[in-house]
Amino acid sequence: MSNSTMHATQDGIEPTETDASAPVLELNGVSKSYGPERVIEELSLSVHEGEILTLLGPSGCGKTTTLRLIAGLERPNGGEVALNGAAVSNPDRFVEPEDRGVGVVFQEFALFPHLTAAENVAFGLEDWDADAREERVDELLDLVGLETQGDSYPDELSGGQQQRVALARSLAPEPEVLLLDEPFSNLDVDLRVKMREEVRRILKETGVTAVSVTHDQEEAMSISDRVAVMNDGRIEQVGDPEQVFQQPESRFVAGFLGHASFLPGYVHGGEVTTGLGPIPRDQINGLAGTYDRTRIDVLVRPDDIRAVPVDGEADGRVVSRRYLGPTILYEVRLDDDTAVQCMHNHDESIPLDTGVRIELDADHELAWFPTDQRPADADE
Amino acid sequence: MATDTPTIDDAGDSLPLPTTIASGAVAAAVLLPLVWLVRTALDVGLSEAIAISTRPSTVQVFVNSAALVVVVTVASVLIGVPLAYLTVRTDLPFRRGFTIAVSLPLVVPSYVGAFAFVSAFGPQGAFQRLLAPLGVERLPEIYGFPGAALVVTLYTYPYVFITTRAALKSLDTTLIDAARTLEHSRWEAFRRVTIPQIKPAVGAGALLVALYALSDFGTPAIMQFDAFTRVIYVEFTSFGRDVASLLSLQLVAVTLLILGLESHVRGNEPLYAGRQGGRTSGVVPLGRWKYVAVAACLAISGLALIVPVGILLTWLAQGGAEVGSALAFRPAYAVNSIGVSAGAALVATVAGLPVAYLAAKHRSRLTDAFERATYVGYAVPGVVLGLALVYLGTSYAQPIYQTVYLLIAAYVVRFLPQAVGSMRASFLRVNPALPEAARTLGRSSFGAFRAVTLPLIAPGLLGGAALVFLTTMKELPATLLLRPSGFKTLVTHIWTATASGYYGHAAVPALILVGVSALSMLVILSQEGYDVK
Repeated sequence: MSNSTMHATQDGIEPTETDASAPVLELNGVSKSYGPERVIEELSLSVHEGEILTLLGPSGCGKTTTLRLIAGLERPNGGEVALNGAAVSNPDRFVEPEDRGVGVVFQEFALFPHLTAAENVAFGLEDWDADAREERVDELLDLVGLETQGDSYPDELSGGQQQRVALARSLAPEPEVLLLDEPFSNLDVDLRVKMREEVRRILKETGVTAVSVTHDQEEAMSISDRVAVMNDGRIEQVGDPEQVFQQPESRFVAGFLGHASFLPGYVHGGEVTTGLGPIPRDQINGLAGTYDRTRIDVLVRPDDIRAVPVDGEADGRVVSRRYLGPTILYEVRLDDDTAVQCMHNHDESIPLDTGVRIELDADHELAWFPTDQRPADADE
Repeated sequence: MATDTPTIDDAGDSLPLPTTIASGAVAAAVLLPLVWLVRTALDVGLSEAIAISTRPSTVQVFVNSAALVVVVTVASVLIGVPLAYLTVRTDLPFRRGFTIAVSLPLVVPSYVGAFAFVSAFGPQGAFQRLLAPLGVERLPEIYGFPGAALVVTLYTYPYVFITTRAALKSLDTTLIDAARTLEHSRWEAFRRVTIPQIKPAVGAGALLVALYALSDFGTPAIMQFDAFTRVIYVEFTSFGRDVASLLSLQLVAVTLLILGLESHVRGNEPLYAGRQGGRTSGVVPLGRWKYVAVAACLAISGLALIVPVGILLTWLAQGGAEVGSALAFRPAYAVNSIGVSAGAALVATVAGLPVAYLAAKHRSRLTDAFERATYVGYAVPGVVLGLALVYLGTSYAQPIYQTVYLLIAAYVVRFLPQAVGSMRASFLRVNPALPEAARTLGRSSFGAFRAVTLPLIAPGLLGGAALVFLTTMKELPATLLLRPSGFKTLVTHIWTATASGYYGHAAVPALILVGVSALSMLVILSQEGYDVK
């Protein structure tokens, strides 16, 4: 199946640039319904060799279902899934999961409780001869840093160790594609951050093509080469993390990735008039001439703006403040009743109900959305 | 953690064909005897059927059985629930010991209890002789309704005790604390918080009691009380087949009525399983009531345990040499019992496996129907099932009639639910991601089942088989109706000895049975993870 692709390349980090050559995994117009409920709608996606792509979205958006469709654990109602150019599932053909060469790291790790760590890792190597199998198991346990834990049963291992075993087990048979289903959700916060880096290191070391699924935007940003934001069974945007964060193509993407405030503005000439005062037109990303003399919403992130207490004429008042540890998130209600959020250091304390002026403090272009894209009942 | 994992198989996914066929075949085999019974009863003809059903003696049988069920169920709840509360939530002394002591009556087969009570409290019984020097000439009548109700209650209330106890233990006591902080007295909190939470469990226990009381054959027979089961057997042995089959149908109808009533009462409330993660803290102090509580626990367990065990041991000590060897106990009886029970356990496990697998892993209307069908045998009293198989055997299966094969078939139909229930619970405990993980690691679906699922459900498999084995050992009515002539087991020996009045000869097999039942209790307890503490 997969002899060409991965033979655990120990010789350094693979290039992370997405390879424009033929994709390893391709989804074409895939859809899936449970009874009358449509979970995935006409979903298309390509993943290239050695790339880590994350499907990011809220609960119930269909990301886990997408993963299961790729693995062959569910059968799509329409569309095609192809691995290395060969269809593994389309209306005429369905390759069983055991014949796909797809590895999966399950959300709760799904380690076999009646087998030791080493036996779990060896589980997918049934066809290998005994020596090669033993060597491969040792190699994998070594890769994930569990050389000494091979004889432990899953319930004797910590959460982080269990995850390492799960990863080793799914990598052992040299899958074409590795799928990770909310891989860090079962770990506590400190461990989660550490394991993210660890897992990324291991994936890059083996050079495997990986698709992971999460609802945690920070996690998606930190482990992925590319992020695909999903909502309601569809992919809203695919791109590298910075691109998706800074230039969201939809309000949903903007709102889902970090705090977002939408600032109503009016475009005329070289300026956009907003509740914070005018913003130069060239600081707004790609605002075409046809939008002259129209209303738009400008996306501002909490770190793009600063609230400065003033005695005299203010843009708005502080209506709430939330401690986030190192920072404080202030919500300011502008005179035109728009709410904007701004992030300050924890030592910059502004009392509630203080009148403030808002300064735009962004050194990048701001994203914007036409007002006719406002959701019917917007609360942000 | 929020997840959007689809957990329930959608109906659109096709069921695994071979498993579905196997499962359907098992369900059909279980239903066959009942279908046959209905046909036989229909042959009687409508006018005659109405005549038989409405004649005073039939109505009397119905009234008798109904009274027995109601009295026994109510009494069991009145005994079982307070005992459960005492052993879980209060500072009752020796709680551990009492928990075991008041659960133990379940290990005495009720017919063993019945003949022990008859010989202890009957006219000229051991107890009367004991009291004779004090001038006691007669004890209150034990035969008939009072004796039957007393004995069935004493040996079935533990069903209510055990289910209620489990619910009380899993009850999160912070709920009660919350009620107390909302200005409820302890009693009000019990009434408004505890009772609604344990109601489904009490109902489940009461259902078991009611079904048992209705279907119990040995106790009414020994107590000479005309309940359905006794009259059906008497009619059958006196060649009143039509009447027997009609009464059987009525008995099945009453059983279904009870089942319907229970599911109506339970409504849609979820049955609280043990894994609520409830914290049980804060023990209710009994104060001076402690002594009353201890006395009550002692009285109930003493009456239910010491009477039969004492009587059996007395007989054992006296020996039963006064009659000829015809009634003497032979080890071969025990071997026969073990043989048919092992056979039944094996067949029930194999037959139950596909049903349990589908019911747990591929829920759909069809698989639910298959699973329900296997429960029919459980709800059908043994005497009815025995009778149905007699009709079926004499008409269509002459070659296996009066062979152990038909006898084992009867046991399997009757006790299959124990195997299915145990295996289904084990299947449900297997994280569905585990076989999926095996699939993604290159195993076929059968390979994944063998390498992962099977080892994980092995304890449930064994537990279910053990339960079938142990309950088969005790089964009385179907054994009496279907055994090959000359084939004797422990229970048939007890039956013959007590029926002819030589109770002494029943002592050894009865003690063996009590021992076996005690084992079955251990299996039940270990299956439910029911730690006695």
